[in-house]
Amino acid sequence: METILQPWPWYVAGPLIALIMFLLIFMGKQFGMSSNLRTICTMCGADSKASFFDFNWRAQKWNLTVIIGAAIGGFIAMNFLTADPAVAINPDTVSTLEGLGFESAGGAYLPDELYSLEALTDWKALSILIIGGFLIGFGARWAGGCTSGHAISGLSNLQLPSLIAVIGFFIGGLIMVHLLFPLIF
Amino acid sequence: MRVLGYLVIGIFFGITMFKSEAASWFRIYEMFQFQAFHMYGIIGSALVLGVLGIQLIKKKKAKDFNGEEIQFIPKKKSFSRYMFGGIIFGLGWALAGACPGPIYTLIGAGYVSVIVVFLAAILGTFVYGLLKDKLPH
Repeated sequence: METILQPWPWYVAGPLIALIMFLLIFMGKQFGMSSNLRTICTMCGADSKASFFDFNWRAQKWNLTVIIGAAIGGFIAMNFLTADPAVAINPDTVSTLEGLGFESAGGAYLPDELYSLEALTDWKALSILIIGGFLIGFGARWAGGCTSGHAISGLSNLQLPSLIAVIGFFIGGLIMVHLLFPLIF
Repeated sequence: MRVLGYLVIGIFFGITMFKSEAASWFRIYEMFQFQAFHMYGIIGSALVLGVLGIQLIKKKKAKDFNGEEIQFIPKKKSFSRYMFGGIIFGLGWALAGACPGPIYTLIGAGYVSVIVVFLAAILGTFVYGLLKDKLPH
């Protein structure tokens, strides 16, 4: 139990993710999370605005069930399986982040500067969450998948399009962290 | 019964995302700074097993739990959508520090502000749907 309460190392988490992908494959489905956002758009009536959303969303109910599970899993992990949610990142990373104004680096799971309830009243933090979320939704659908659909499912099936997408993910991430963060924070 | 199966897989996924800290903004920042092996180890080990497993499924013509032969649909070949869409996704991934799976895990864990990221991601998806025909694919 003590081991479970600690952060799980990569060599435990990686194989578990592969196992999750295979369980879905053996249930006749695909591991891909971002398509749920499209399903939710359709459920909210987006099919009357654009043909992209005109599909039978009920065929995706299984995936909506998976994300409900993912939320329950987060609740269980946080409340029953975690002794201390602080993430012990590299001390060099902590000092870089402190230089950018992230005092919570090394002492929290998510940065208080962006994700605390007080930050919701800060226009800058709120804009960052909105812009970040918007780019995630827009980019994932344009690329036809996200980390699960391309980086795990697609690359596991040796798909060249997924390799291009993952290279794109990294170009975008590196531009954000190395070029834009110093301007934003 | 099937629904319960998907729910359990989802719970298992959520716990794994949270406990491996792959759902942490800090781990994603650290990854893009190349200052830890952690995230690369997670993706890399999942991939090694994923590639081997899928090769095996194809070779053995394995059947799924319904008894149907497992089919893998190849992704459509092109460049623009994957590269440009990928870059946009990467910018958001690094800024908000969350992928479309862990978003739900973080909300479940009690990080209420992540709901903002979730709603904005729905909006981003919706705007993509409106602009789809005008974008290079």
